[in-house]
Amino acid sequence: MKARVHITLKNGVLDPQGKAIANALGGMGFAGVQGVRQGKFIELQIAETDRAKAEAQVKSMCERLLANTVIENYAVELVD
Amino acid sequence: MKAAVIVFPGSNCDRDVAVALERATGTAPAMVWHRNTDLPKVDLIVLPGGFSYGDYLRSGAMAAHSPIMRAVAERANAGVAVLGICNGFQILTEAGLLPGALMRNTGLHFICRDVHVKVENAQSAFTSRYAAGQVLRIPIAHADGNYRADAETVARLEGEGRVAFRYVTEGGEAAEASNPNGSLRNIAGVLNAKGNVLGLMPHPERVIEPALGGSDGAAFFTGMAEALG
Repeated sequence: MKARVHITLKNGVLDPQGKAIANALGGMGFAGVQGVRQGKFIELQIAETDRAKAEAQVKSMCERLLANTVIENYAVELVD
Repeated sequence: MKAAVIVFPGSNCDRDVAVALERATGTAPAMVWHRNTDLPKVDLIVLPGGFSYGDYLRSGAMAAHSPIMRAVAERANAGVAVLGICNGFQILTEAGLLPGALMRNTGLHFICRDVHVKVENAQSAFTSRYAAGQVLRIPIAHADGNYRADAETVARLEGEGRVAFRYVTEGGEAAEASNPNGSLRNIAGVLNAKGNVLGLMPHPERVIEPALGGSDGAAFFTGMAEALG
């Protein structure tokens, strides 16, 4: 099955890249962009077929490598 | 003092730091490839600067899980001195051996220039040849040096004297203008709770003699050689 992982900066953590994107959008004439936060999207193809086990496995991957939980949150979504 | 330098794919300050160590101790350090699983018996382990694994995912994230890092963590927990410079600092935070994280510089640029840093803690094995409050001129060269930690962690670091270096003006003032990358409280280097693990973004190994543009980093290495036998 497929796992989709969204990694985002925690609230309150400054995002200089998001800020630069917001500035660029403003400069291009896109008015009304009130905030931009940049994150990561990771798609994994995994052999595990049991959903609960797959979720636990991917969460462990997030905790140990995919996200830095000092500054980032993650959300896991499983797709059959 | 016997030292080992860990070499990751993409390390590029490993030889510079080896030269600085050999000059200070008279002995060339052991160069240990990241795939190794054991370390020689040494008094100091150095994680050098560079771009390990091309900074994929996050700077230092991949290297933190290299086979050798298990041995490095074991030694660190046993009290052996571990020093991370620049990418080495990023690896130590990713490995959980130092608190906090190093994010993209607030100005988004890769910054390669001399900065002034103040020695905040001159009691550690790494800084014993400096005086507390001494201002050094040392280069930085990084895109991800913006030190972040939660408020509680920062308060603990400050309270326990674990902020080792801070970005300051030439006069020694920790001003916003002297902060090159947006680091919280101008933090340039931190120690772990036991004081045997230090990470810093500036490169002392690049200023060990006037021909290199400065010698403020030399005492870093002679100090460690003295303190660590």
